[in-house]
Amino acid sequence: MKKVRVSTGILAMAVIALGATSCKDTKKEGSSADGVQSEHMDDNGHMGDGMEDHSQMDQDNINQGGMAMMSSEVVADYLTLKNALVSDDKDGAATAGEKLEGSLKDFDTSKFSDEQQAELTDIIEDATEHAEHIAKSDIGHQREHFDILSKDVIDLLAITGSERTLYQAYCPMYNNNKGAQWLSATEEIKNPYYGSKMMTCGSVQKQIN
Amino acid sequence: MNAVKTTGWILLVALVGIQFVPTERNKSDVVPKTDFMVVNEVPKNIENIIKTSCYDCHSNNTDYPWYNRVQPVAWFLEGHIENGKEELNFNEWDTYSGRKKKSKLRSIISQIKDDEMPLASYTLIHRDAKLSDTEKKTVLDWVSKLKDSL
Repeated sequence: MKKVRVSTGILAMAVIALGATSCKDTKKEGSSADGVQSEHMDDNGHMGDGMEDHSQMDQDNINQGGMAMMSSEVVADYLTLKNALVSDDKDGAATAGEKLEGSLKDFDTSKFSDEQQAELTDIIEDATEHAEHIAKSDIGHQREHFDILSKDVIDLLAITGSERTLYQAYCPMYNNNKGAQWLSATEEIKNPYYGSKMMTCGSVQKQIN
Repeated sequence: MNAVKTTGWILLVALVGIQFVPTERNKSDVVPKTDFMVVNEVPKNIENIIKTSCYDCHSNNTDYPWYNRVQPVAWFLEGHIENGKEELNFNEWDTYSGRKKKSKLRSIISQIKDDEMPLASYTLIHRDAKLSDTEKKTVLDWVSKLKDSL
């Protein structure tokens, strides 16, 4: 009997060891993806050098609406995530978070001016981290990350513009009455921070076209 | 019973075998210019709390316990440190964008408030890393102020 117990102990340790290694594997995937992202940045930096004179022109083009479609994938995934949180759907939010991570990584900043690229890179880096966390957290944390993520997406759209009409809404109660914003495709208030607990808390601050 | 015995022996050999797998040590004497304590004006008591409770996993220098040399504990620790540093590395604080700093401070506040950090598995052995209610409040107030000033 004693021997059995010793074997179980050893077995338990082996399992722990296995757990530790598999944990490391996921880690590696993450960092290789980061590598891809910074490569992009370098490319952009080089391009920017030669094109400084045209940056004003580029910016005008962007403002004229040609670039809004670049953000459409991010917006679509963000809205899926928002809807999942509205329906208190943790798993749906996790899947959407993962998808958003992908569309943020695919976001091509090269057509923007140097200054905008720097800002976009910061926004995307931060937003990606929040999307990653949403993919693996409980719903309380998902909502905390969604709060900061929403700010990131709002700032992103301030640069890129949006292809579709969006409504920027505000819930004054979330985060100990510090308040939190979110974006929605409809004017009707459906609160992603409280879900069914307080579905209609909040108001529309402005319309984004 | 024979099968159990054989499995036991195999596992024992494996356990001894893995002791020879080297691990990376998270050690550095250099405090970079980008360190949290260098770029911020941190009161001494706050600095002590953060260094004791956070820096083992969230900086480039770990104060290793003796059992770190035993596998698979060493792997377990290595994984923790690697994860911890990727999430937040106080040594690299000033390389973060303003946006990222704010995000990180907000996460620090929420993790400490909810008792998720420092990790229970860590404070179990590092008793001095465990935050008392007063320490928690002191750190949270100060970090909140820093966040609002950014």
